[in-house]
Amino acid sequence: MYRMRLWSVRHARGLNQLYRALETVLAMLQPLLRRLGERRVERSLAAVERQVKGFMFGCQMCGQCVLSSTGMSCPMNCPKQLRNGPCGGVRANGHCEVLPDMKCVWVSAWEGSQRIPGGVEALRSVQFAVDRRLQGSSSWLRAVNERVQVEGAARTGAGQ
Amino acid sequence: MKFRDEPVPGDPLPILPGHVSPGRFERVLRAGAFAVTAELAPPDSADPEEVYARARIFDGYVDAINATDGSGANCHMSSMGVCSLLTRVGYAPIMQISCRDRNRIGIQGDILGASAMGVCNVLCLTGDGVQAGDHPQAKPVFDLDSVSLLSLARTLRDEQRFQSGRKLSKAPRVFLGAAENPSALPHEWRAMRLVKKIEAGAQFIQTQYCYDMPLLRSFLQKLEDLGAANRIFLLIGVGPLRSAKAAEWMRQNVPGIHIPDALITRLRGAADPAREGRNICIELIQEVHAMKGVHGVHVMAYRQEESVAEVIDKSGVLAGRVPWYPGRDRQDPAQSNTADTNTADRVAS
Repeated sequence: MYRMRLWSVRHARGLNQLYRALETVLAMLQPLLRRLGERRVERSLAAVERQVKGFMFGCQMCGQCVLSSTGMSCPMNCPKQLRNGPCGGVRANGHCEVLPDMKCVWVSAWEGSQRIPGGVEALRSVQFAVDRRLQGSSSWLRAVNERVQVEGAARTGAGQ
Repeated sequence: MKFRDEPVPGDPLPILPGHVSPGRFERVLRAGAFAVTAELAPPDSADPEEVYARARIFDGYVDAINATDGSGANCHMSSMGVCSLLTRVGYAPIMQISCRDRNRIGIQGDILGASAMGVCNVLCLTGDGVQAGDHPQAKPVFDLDSVSLLSLARTLRDEQRFQSGRKLSKAPRVFLGAAENPSALPHEWRAMRLVKKIEAGAQFIQTQYCYDMPLLRSFLQKLEDLGAANRIFLLIGVGPLRSAKAAEWMRQNVPGIHIPDALITRLRGAADPAREGRNICIELIQEVHAMKGVHGVHVMAYRQEESVAEVIDKSGVLAGRVPWYPGRDRQDPAQSNTADTNTADRVAS
């Protein structure tokens, strides 16, 4: 799993594009998803997300995915669950101070971010503390709903 | 430096325009003096006298004392307890808060409590992992990280409310700090990460030990390129190395500390390595004192706290200034002439 995580960071660019495509498709399907019932969709999407992202990124289902802003390196794998960059204890070989056999999640994030357009810029935004109530829920569905809402608001704004 | 509005020890100073805290440490920095802080190792004891004894070692040489919060994930007297004792007699403690042991409910309460006890400075840290300390079986909390802790503390102070939105009848008046390690990887990112901390609310920074001056210079340059050099008070972490063996041990076992080989060779060749370690420390302090964008030093001399006075004295960075300590103005009438609080006037020795 750890090797898969490193692979994902090396392929951050492609994976980011893949995710963007997935989000677009899901946004198009949103009316249909609505009709199927929010709770049922949430449950199935979360189950898929847990499997796919668990395998690729070591995802812990925090429910507030920031992979696109962290070079496809999941910050929840950091033993301190830092969401805003590396701590001061990164070892000289770029490994974690707590788990010496693991490459620092944020050193990986730095590398992955160089591969994503606007990735380094994304690292600069302050991430507020995780809302622990969202643990286990689908980030995909939340992102899609937010996107549809924003697009809808933009359309109404433009129509006025 | 003695302020015109010097209070009774333990009472807060008036908050000047443009200041956020009633504290001495913020006053010294904003007055343009080169500040000195030191780290107090909290005792494994419930005896207040042990705290006072550890603080007295620094009398006359430091502007503020850092009270560590379970540093290295080891159990000691709490930073809140140490700070409450120190403020009673007028010291200016910097309360370190780590995110390892408490969640946002505990931490917000502690900031209010500390401020009520006269604490004017808070250093927001993520903290070491529990695996590093003497209770590796403990549950690590990490509900927040240092950046979200800063933003939470700033909300308490500037918006006078909890994260939940519930209003405070009086906001904590605290000067907010954070840590940085210019020597740790990824080097290119460190200055950018510091900017993030400034944006989250940091007003001063105390760094990890800096032994590699070229690395520090390039970090300062990056900070300037990012336009952040004027937005923060920067205190560089220094400390005496006891011997080549101790330095090597630190380099191997304390993650994030970088000690150049040249320094270790110098310690190895010295007839009195401890003496040489203090000399190196003095030279480093003088070197960072001359750097643009540096506002002070933070001396960490674990288990050799008595050497702090000597290295600060010999470095000459206080330029004759005597930082306040309980009894300073009573014992030495020569120090009682007042300095204007808005200038960098230093009291002549």
